[in-house]
Amino acid sequence: MSSPLLALFRREARIARSIGGGGAMGVVFFLILVSLTPFAIGPDLNLLSRIGPAILWIAALLATLLGLDRLFQADADDGSLDLFMMTSTPLELVVLVKCAAHWTLTALPLVAAAPLLGLMLGLEPQAQAGVAASLLAGTPALTLLGAIGAALTAGMRRGGLLMAVLILPLTTPVLIFGVSTAAAASGGTVPFLTPFLILCGLSLAAIAGAPFAAAAALRAREA
Amino acid sequence: MHQQLEGLHLSARSLRIERGGRAIVTDVSFELASGEALLVLGRNGAGKSTLLRALAGFLPLRGGEVVFTGGDSAPLSERAHYVGHADGLKSALTALENLAFWASMLGAPGQAPNGGLSPQQALEKVGLARIGDFPVGYLSAGQKRRVALARLFVAARPVWILDEPATALDVGSQEKFALAMAEHRAGGGMILAATHAPLGLLDAKELRLDAAASAARVPATAGAC
Repeated sequence: MSSPLLALFRREARIARSIGGGGAMGVVFFLILVSLTPFAIGPDLNLLSRIGPAILWIAALLATLLGLDRLFQADADDGSLDLFMMTSTPLELVVLVKCAAHWTLTALPLVAAAPLLGLMLGLEPQAQAGVAASLLAGTPALTLLGAIGAALTAGMRRGGLLMAVLILPLTTPVLIFGVSTAAAASGGTVPFLTPFLILCGLSLAAIAGAPFAAAAALRAREA
Repeated sequence: MHQQLEGLHLSARSLRIERGGRAIVTDVSFELASGEALLVLGRNGAGKSTLLRALAGFLPLRGGEVVFTGGDSAPLSERAHYVGHADGLKSALTALENLAFWASMLGAPGQAPNGGLSPQQALEKVGLARIGDFPVGYLSAGQKRRVALARLFVAARPVWILDEPATALDVGSQEKFALAMAEHRAGGGMILAATHAPLGLLDAKELRLDAAASAARVPATAGAC
């Protein structure tokens, strides 16, 4: 990683950790969503452990999108985005590094918290490991797809809702293979590797393609 | 402070810039050489900011061309500084952190000192040596503007594109900044500035984007659409 990109990563990390940066909001939101679900469904431990992976995945999906609308909005508001266009670093790489920083600070804590919250939903140890592994493989795709929506809505007031409406339908494949990976880990007819590798493929495709889409959206913001 | 920059030449021919499908700037041409400055003048809404943003590479040109020659082959947007209405500063970070970040982003790749001043020296140059480790969020509007102007010094770039740079500056800071601009021109750099207040730029060229011209071009625009 060359030094401008390293500097960008450090800056993003420092802003996310500062007050109002929203670095810890995702994992708190995740905790609240998951702990509310048993109150809605009732204390049926068999039912909870069966639908546990799905609950964790939906909560992770919403928690990942929660902070993403600010990914480019803050930079657009204070003029930093204009200056990024004047650097010799391609805008695609700037997008990728911002996504990497966002993923490290918001999605990685979700991966770490998922087994603990799985305990609250009565998941077996294998299922807990499966959920954590599937989140680790699948959340990069969520962050990068969200970045496209964030770039498209960067110039708008209240763009966050529009971004969720644009992006949530696109996350369907990630959700399907994420939950089936988690389910396959605790037994079932499908071997674990099959959905897991598809999930990895979705993330790799998002890493390869989304920065170009997001950078194009950012460039077309004013024209 | 700068390496000597001679032989730069910027020429714009019959530029046309649109925003939201409407022509804002039509048929603007100018020539600028090393050490020269261009003042873009005009009433509110005449297209001063639009012109400068297009030159900085944020807006596409719908017609005409900008040719920048001299030095290496990097495009104008990578050899220019832009200071606009937004300061480009993060309020959670200190002034020094902000400047160090932009120094590494805007500096030439591969060159460690990138020909500019250190963030601390740049802050001294704008008279803010003692607030370097203050979060920018606590600074006044004029101090924030001075931190934004200090960005011009942390990475050496030959072209300065300034949109109302003296906003919120006190008299002393305006004089300091006029000196810094003169120094930049003496080193062979060029300056393009839009302003309503005098900036202290000596014998600068003037480009008027005035009301008469824009009134005259309305029928032509309608015809073009």
